[in-house]
Amino acid sequence: MEHYNMNLTLKVWKQKNCKTKGAFETYQVQNISSEMSFLEMFDILNERLIAEGKEPIAFDHDCREGICGTCSMFINGRAHGPWHQTTTCQLHMREYKDGDTIVVEPWRSHSFPVIKDLVVDRTAFDRIISAGGFISVNTGNAVDANAVLVPKDDADDSFAAASCIGCGACVAACPNASAMLFVSAKVSQLALLPQGRPEATTRALNMVKQMDQEGFGSCTNIGACEAECPKGISLENIARLNREYLGSVFTGKASS
Amino acid sequence: MNWKQYFNTSIGKKLIMATTGIFLIVFLVVHCYINAQIFYNDGGTRFNEAAHFMGTNFVIRFVEIGLFGFLIWHMILGLALYNKNKSKRTAYAVNAGNKTSKWYSRSMALLGTLILLFLVIHLRNFWAPNRLSTLTGGEELPLYNMMKEQFQQAWLLAIYLLGVFSLAWHLLHGFYSAFQTFGLCNSRYKDMIRFIGVAFSIIVPIAFASMPIAFFLHLLN
Repeated sequence: MEHYNMNLTLKVWKQKNCKTKGAFETYQVQNISSEMSFLEMFDILNERLIAEGKEPIAFDHDCREGICGTCSMFINGRAHGPWHQTTTCQLHMREYKDGDTIVVEPWRSHSFPVIKDLVVDRTAFDRIISAGGFISVNTGNAVDANAVLVPKDDADDSFAAASCIGCGACVAACPNASAMLFVSAKVSQLALLPQGRPEATTRALNMVKQMDQEGFGSCTNIGACEAECPKGISLENIARLNREYLGSVFTGKASS
Repeated sequence: MNWKQYFNTSIGKKLIMATTGIFLIVFLVVHCYINAQIFYNDGGTRFNEAAHFMGTNFVIRFVEIGLFGFLIWHMILGLALYNKNKSKRTAYAVNAGNKTSKWYSRSMALLGTLILLFLVIHLRNFWAPNRLSTLTGGEELPLYNMMKEQFQQAWLLAIYLLGVFSLAWHLLHGFYSAFQTFGLCNSRYKDMIRFIGVAFSIIVPIAFASMPIAFFLHLLN
């Protein structure tokens, strides 16, 4: 693909913290290479802002290779931009043409309060994991890897669910701000394996309870989460979570 | 958790929406089957027989109470969930629109409300006067002739077509969605459920729409 440079207009959400009201601010960026990543474009803009003595735009980023899930940007109405199964750092500027206007917003969900500008607080996800996203293991020496047999198909499905990076794009894309795709992936990765069975009757219940407490909306099977997930987590996981939940309701022990 | 708490979580409420929804889908099949008797084109003899059975049979009358209960539950919970879900975030300045989801999946509350408006008119025209007549000790009303007469009005036909149109889109999401909620949409059944859902959402509404159209065009005597 031919390399080219472009000038762009950016409308970026600026917000001091979760207590203040935010607003869009417009920036012009010049000479952006088509081979840059979206975050590199932001780096250039921020360096210029710092040199001019202005406040840079706060945004989350870490690995810049599409596996850490921190780069939460809602770009022109799409979580992580328009490319299929990519994070923002893997979105490249060749997507855009000279003169384009790009609107960048933070994830919008009351369960993800804005820390600053495009940075949101996703610790609600951590609390959901703490509520049930674990297994019980014996202390002592590590068990031999093949001591517990796992069917290949189950291992593959579990691995596919475990590829969830907890980025929150599912919540951002959902009109209901529902976290079901995330929770379903975290339940599925354990529910599919024999190691996850001891907690199976309580895991789905506890994680769903925490999910509701965090204030996420409820799933209406719209499917925008699956379309925007950078790791291609399937809606089948949500069906599995529903199944696990139903199983807990009808076969779990009665408790207070 | 106790039973009430189980069905008070977000998934619990989904399960109620799905269960009541499936019940309403079963009702549509029965309703459609009974009404299709008009196509014998025998001046309504068979249809009136079927309507008489539905109107007087003890079991059917009992299920009718459940039907209204489920319908109201489905409506109220659906609208409550819609409101609650809307309050979970502020709006984006730019939206993905139809790029990541289907418009009818996002518009279930609107489609449901349109169906409700249609239902009010529909029940007022046929069900309510008929039940009122029998409850006050009177005769069953000649439903076939009432249909024949009422569907001569173009505006009523338009309302029925709008109702059926809304129903089709509502079903297109609802049918599949119910099975997804029950956890049945795994790789083995997903395509089958989608296919049956699409077929159902096309065939049943067309069957319903054909009835007032047939009367309007004087195809039935």
